[in-house]
Amino acid sequence: MNMLSEVDVEKKLYPAPDQPKAKMKGDNVSVFYGAKQALFGVSLDVPEKMVTALIGPSGCGKSTFLRCLNRMNDTISICRVTGNITLDNRDIYDPKIDVVQLRARIGMVFQKPNPFPKSIFENVAYGPRIHGLVKDKHHLDEIVEKSLQRAGLFTEVKDRLHESGTGLSGGQQQRLCIARAIAVSPEVILMDEPCSALDPIATAKVEELIDELRENYTIVIVTHSMQQAARVSQRTAMFHLGNIVEVGDTEMMFTSPTEKRTQDYITGRFG
Amino acid sequence: MTEQTAQHTVRSYDEELKFLTHKIAEMGGHAERMVEQAVAAMVNSDNALAQRVISDDLILDAGQREIDEKAITIIGKRQPMAIDLREVIGTIRISSDLERIGDLGKNIAKRVVAVTDTRQTLSVYRGLQTIAELALTQLKDVLDAYATRSVAQVNIVRERDDEIDALYTSLFRELLTYMMEDPRNISACTHLLFCAKNIERIGDHATNIAETVYYIVTGTQLPAERPKEDQSHTIVMDEPLAS
Repeated sequence: MNMLSEVDVEKKLYPAPDQPKAKMKGDNVSVFYGAKQALFGVSLDVPEKMVTALIGPSGCGKSTFLRCLNRMNDTISICRVTGNITLDNRDIYDPKIDVVQLRARIGMVFQKPNPFPKSIFENVAYGPRIHGLVKDKHHLDEIVEKSLQRAGLFTEVKDRLHESGTGLSGGQQQRLCIARAIAVSPEVILMDEPCSALDPIATAKVEELIDELRENYTIVIVTHSMQQAARVSQRTAMFHLGNIVEVGDTEMMFTSPTEKRTQDYITGRFG
Repeated sequence: MTEQTAQHTVRSYDEELKFLTHKIAEMGGHAERMVEQAVAAMVNSDNALAQRVISDDLILDAGQREIDEKAITIIGKRQPMAIDLREVIGTIRISSDLERIGDLGKNIAKRVVAVTDTRQTLSVYRGLQTIAELALTQLKDVLDAYATRSVAQVNIVRERDDEIDALYTSLFRELLTYMMEDPRNISACTHLLFCAKNIERIGDHATNIAETVYYIVTGTQLPAERPKEDQSHTIVMDEPLAS
């Protein structure tokens, strides 16, 4: 006869809450800029279709970690990355990986809006075109419109798609950059302080957008605003001196963090 | 748990939080005094003291309003996080418990005149004094727990509330007996019964404060399994009133 042990019964009665699938995994990641080590064996899972916030004081390594996730650090010649980072369980530092393709799957939005000095339309159309995602003119129009719509910008710019992208307001430019990032249908979007140059209304629009994008994309956001991290993310990782101090559900992190360093940082007592 | 040593980078933020803590201590001391004096006024039929207690209640009302305003300003201005957020929310809750305690003290004081006319036997007042002493100990201990952020003290307060409930139940029986003995006692005994109930409620507010202190310190809520009531609602009169 097959008897269930007490532990088994307990597991059956109280199953562990569903762990979201990790879209990306960083395992023991260290980063060196020349002789200087910026990250010390950091491990972090990025859950799928969730917003993960990376917080911590300046120079703590959160942006460095973010840039490892789509190999942006490759562009810095003195930068060396060790450890393992996977996307859907595939090593993204595998020499066989096409970095351009990888960055199409893992898009990025930067601190300062940086639209190309081209028309609004071209800003969005550029990516899909060079990645060969476009069948014909009509299809490209469709992609541009859909991306601008998803970025919450379409109604504001639909009558001036052929005007320069740099003529838009800061908040609109940032949403244009988000439209540009999602035009190539990425799976993950990395955001490095996307609202730090925006006013509160533009910030609110981007935050609302992040919330909507979460339906379809996995998002990692670096932010210096504790309130923003608390508002937009579901998971939060606290970095300090190149290490992760604490990772947890955002709600927990901002009401009762376990680590003193997290507490001191988010309450404004650091240093 | 996280210990609290460091100062905020913005010093005026520390000052604002300190203000709330001091104000709670002040309100707490005031509430204690009001309850103490209300019970003394009742026991000694001291109308002048009762009047003072009644007018003193305004101070607690003002204290609560001030804490509410300051706390809301802090939330708006600083957007507190973690322990700070729990502190601010905690002071709002505690100040409203203290304000209620003041109201209950005032309510006891208001009954002094009514009871003075038909003075009862001393034993009734002793019962009232005993339960009041216990409630005041609870209040004092919970204010200490708040001042020292002591979880151990919180648990002591929380467990002792049962004693107040038990005392209240027995006082209830006693007063009922006096009423049955002589209907002329009914008016005074009913007032005394309300006084006893008020004191029992003061104990409950002390327990509420204990729970808030626990939340401030740990960030988690205490489980609600503690039996939270007196048994007076089960008491029935099994003898007919003497006619």
